[in-house]
Amino acid sequence: MINRVRYRVRHVTRYSYEAEVMISQQLLHLVPRPAPYQRCLEHAVEVIPAGHRSDGVDAFGNPLVRLEIDVPHTSLTVTSRMQVDVYARPRLPANESLAWERVVEEFRYRAVPPARELLEAARFRHESAHVRIKRVFADYAAPCLTPGRPLADAALALMHQIHRDFSYAPGTTEIGTPLAEVLEQRRGVCQDFAHVMIACLRAHGLAARYVSGYVRGVATPSDAPAVPTPVGAGASHAWISVWAPPFGWIDLDPTNDKPAGLDHVAIAWGRDFADVSPLRGTILGGGRHELQVQVDVEPIEVDDDPCDVERVA
Amino acid sequence: MPASHPEPGMDAILADYRRDPARHDELLDASGQIRDHWRALFSQLDAGPQDLARRAIANTRRLIAQNGVTYNVYADPQGTDRPWTLDPLPLIVSAAEWPQLEAGLAQRARLLDRLLADLYGPQRLIAEGIVPAEIAFGHPNFLWACHGLQPASGRWLSIYATDLARGADGRWWVLADRTQAPSGGGYALENREIIEQVLPGPLGALDVRRIGSAFGRLRDELLRTVDPGEAPLAVVLTPGPYNETYFEHAYLARRLGLALAEGPDLTVRDNTLYLKTLRGLRRVHTLLRRLDDDYCDPLELRGDSALGVPGLLGAVRAGRVRIANELGSGVLESAAWLGFLPAIARRLLDEALLLPSVATWWCGERPALEYVLTHLAELVIKPTYPNQRFEPIVGATLSGEARAELTGRLRRYPHAYVGQEYVSLSQAPAWRHRPPYALTAKAVSIRIQTHAHGDSFEVVPGGLARIAPAGEANIVSAQRGGGSKDVWVLGDTLIPPERTLSTAATRLPRPQDEIPSRLVENLFWFGRYGTRAEDKARLLRSTLGARIDPRLWPVALAQCRRTGLVAEQGDVRLALADDTHPDGLRADMRRLVWCAGQIRARLSSGCWGAVATMQRLLSSEPDREQVAATLDTLAVSLTALAGFTLDDMTQDSGWRLLRIGRSLERLQITALRLALHLREESILLPAHVEWALGTFDSVRLYRQRYMTSPRLAPMLDLLVRDADHPRSIGFLQRRLAADLAQVSAEIDQRVDGQLESPLPYLSDDELLALEQAGAAGSALREATATALDLLAAGAARLSDRIAACHFAHITLDARAILS
Repeated sequence: MINRVRYRVRHVTRYSYEAEVMISQQLLHLVPRPAPYQRCLEHAVEVIPAGHRSDGVDAFGNPLVRLEIDVPHTSLTVTSRMQVDVYARPRLPANESLAWERVVEEFRYRAVPPARELLEAARFRHESAHVRIKRVFADYAAPCLTPGRPLADAALALMHQIHRDFSYAPGTTEIGTPLAEVLEQRRGVCQDFAHVMIACLRAHGLAARYVSGYVRGVATPSDAPAVPTPVGAGASHAWISVWAPPFGWIDLDPTNDKPAGLDHVAIAWGRDFADVSPLRGTILGGGRHELQVQVDVEPIEVDDDPCDVERVA
Repeated sequence: MPASHPEPGMDAILADYRRDPARHDELLDASGQIRDHWRALFSQLDAGPQDLARRAIANTRRLIAQNGVTYNVYADPQGTDRPWTLDPLPLIVSAAEWPQLEAGLAQRARLLDRLLADLYGPQRLIAEGIVPAEIAFGHPNFLWACHGLQPASGRWLSIYATDLARGADGRWWVLADRTQAPSGGGYALENREIIEQVLPGPLGALDVRRIGSAFGRLRDELLRTVDPGEAPLAVVLTPGPYNETYFEHAYLARRLGLALAEGPDLTVRDNTLYLKTLRGLRRVHTLLRRLDDDYCDPLELRGDSALGVPGLLGAVRAGRVRIANELGSGVLESAAWLGFLPAIARRLLDEALLLPSVATWWCGERPALEYVLTHLAELVIKPTYPNQRFEPIVGATLSGEARAELTGRLRRYPHAYVGQEYVSLSQAPAWRHRPPYALTAKAVSIRIQTHAHGDSFEVVPGGLARIAPAGEANIVSAQRGGGSKDVWVLGDTLIPPERTLSTAATRLPRPQDEIPSRLVENLFWFGRYGTRAEDKARLLRSTLGARIDPRLWPVALAQCRRTGLVAEQGDVRLALADDTHPDGLRADMRRLVWCAGQIRARLSSGCWGAVATMQRLLSSEPDREQVAATLDTLAVSLTALAGFTLDDMTQDSGWRLLRIGRSLERLQITALRLALHLREESILLPAHVEWALGTFDSVRLYRQRYMTSPRLAPMLDLLVRDADHPRSIGFLQRRLAADLAQVSAEIDQRVDGQLESPLPYLSDDELLALEQAGAAGSALREATATALDLLAAGAARLSDRIAACHFAHITLDARAILS
């Protein structure tokens, strides 16, 4: 069994502008955040042309680079490089998680101090920029959230359902496509899969967050022939976390129909894509632009230890 | 009024006014007697209530129309869709009860300010279970990006407004708190300004507290934290003229002496907010925003907002700008907070909450939900969050099925709803607005504004009362067409009339004379379009008169077509009605009215009156029988507009660019049109010259000056050489050069303002030679026409250069991009 994979990641974003950009302000979510199952060994972000840069942390604890470029330019290239160790997650007995209605009930206000981690999770229960909560999402998820069903089990079922019902179809949606339309069309990209699943969970009163990161592009040596290249490799990837006590946050990847694990490198999480998009900016000037994104995720070291580490079934 | 009709006295006025035992009556006490604090006003009315009411109502209407008080610049100029009328009878709050109200409101402002500091800081109240996380975290205006911010002034709330109503027990209850970007202050100021003119006697006699000075102190407060030595600049940020309360933004900016700006007028560089002005970038210290907080910064907040300023949050984070109110303060606009405020006050202030709120149950709490479900018939159900598409539902009106549907909703998403006691508003007297004038009882609520002031809060002693439309007992809303009243707080001679500043002023307040570049651009085009429309109106008017002359008519028609006034094949008589022709008179008028809307805050009431006349002409179908009369009206109002613009406005650089716009336009038109005249053989006929003089509005002057029949040479002397005639090319060239030189000096920047090919001086002999008949004469005229064409082309290029030099940078729009 593999219990650790070391990745080298290179993420290049390049904008080419038709006309000169006079001023550009950018927020970058490109530096991996601290997370329970991964450790960042080194990282660097290089920007051309260089601007004023300040590093900080956003409201959700993600590293955030703020950039202001005030020299006229016709292209912007941001290259992020990192080495990250990803550890295997312990096997979770999905059936032993709390029933989903109990979790909803735990969030209910009782005029007493709530547990700290519950309060942390409470940030992710509501509508956000890309996730409107509508009845249709509650209805779509209802077959999975049957009465008394343990939440982790219900969430896995929901993940399977989304993966079964939705086709992965780049180019059929864009950032502005309303989520209800995505649900109706039953197709989209990893962002849409994640947003739909988040909306379904929140529509039932549960806490779900959006995780932005990368998924490994080639199979690891041990199971090389069996596993096809995961969907979403070669670009930024997205999956979700659901708050499922007593296990805490569980990461599920509806695009690939499996829990996030050794293949996933997390960069940032937030309420939805808008909180953590890799580059978010405003420019003055520029005219039309072209965007090229290249992501390489390369496993450079694998630890296999005899100890028993299985994934969630 | 006929003599046989006796003047009804006070009894008649009150004959239809009925007490309602279910509600408090502002005017009458339980025994039906007029309350003490209303008596003084009523004794003044006694002198002749019919006449007084008639005059007060008529004057109020007139003053409102004059002020152009409409929600929207583009609204119907008749004002028929104005959201509320102003009833000249005030709502009176007695000197005895004001101190309690004042103390309660000041405490509430302090409390809400501290509540914001906690929500955007340690979130202690949530952690301790005193308030539910859902109310904040689920609120669209709880901005996580603002978490951890420290406002530069130490204050989250600078301007706070409270909606209050008096219950059946006579106590004041808070209906709602406005913390985002409260509206109403400007309307309160305007109402008072009008009432001061309509009822000057009672205002003085009753010792009514003044409200203007509180707004003066607000201005001082907004600039309190500016470093000494820096020229302070505060700006009102408006979403623009299409916003429903734009009038108020413009009015407030003018009353407070602040610059009015839209998002694109501002820019953030290196964490500092700047206003783009004619002089370059000027640092802004304080932003009074009338834009919802989530729209204020497309970089960090809503990416789809084109109204905000990218990077604004960065400037706030760096402590470089104060915002009234700080970004994120909109989170308190939810009825769900009301029930928690007493506990919050005990925890944050260690005080009991002085002013009660309307009883409100937030359904997220299980016992509250059960209460609401069992008492639906007594409650109004409202949304917790402002982005829910859910209109308040009066429980009592629900039938079985609708009731079940609502119950289902409440059980599914309990945290998204509140139940609120159905309030019986108090009633107050209001005039019936047509004779015979009498008082009727109307449900009333008031909005009072409270301002940060140093380390405390100052409550404005007065405000806006809103009265329910007829038939609505308990709903007051501007959208539903209610009315407004001025709120009079009576003075107490024991209280000194003016509070002194708690901190001594360290500098003389300076006028805020920075003009946004975009505003200057619109002033420039306002000048150009005004001149263009005026010229076309005169050309059209003179041409209609030339119809009877068969030799002149084809020439006149050709000129109308060449100058773009009438489309090819177009009918001159229809030119005033033609909405389709892009260069037609109506198109120019529309552009002019649009520019006027953009520079609204800078226009005097006289100017605005002329614009309103034009709006009226544009919105009505022109009468084909009355074309000449309509053109006369139009020409007069355009000339009046020119007069008001030149005399009534502050003559700063912005105004100078307006005049440069006028000079350039007139220079270009005059040169082009004179060239057309010179190329017609008929220009040697007196009838043609007379018609030409008419189109330049110079017939009378010509007659006085030359005492001769109309001839070409003296006409050119008047329209080209004359140094004093404001329509002559010589005059215009000189004024243009002088204005450009002065603007250059004022903004410390060379304006590339040379007219490329000024018209060479023409001697008397040269002028006379142009009158020759035959080939020699027409060759000379052609040469002069060519010189005039060159002049016109030069003027057009100069206009482009001025635009490129001063306005170009603002046409670049900031765009938000995600990858």
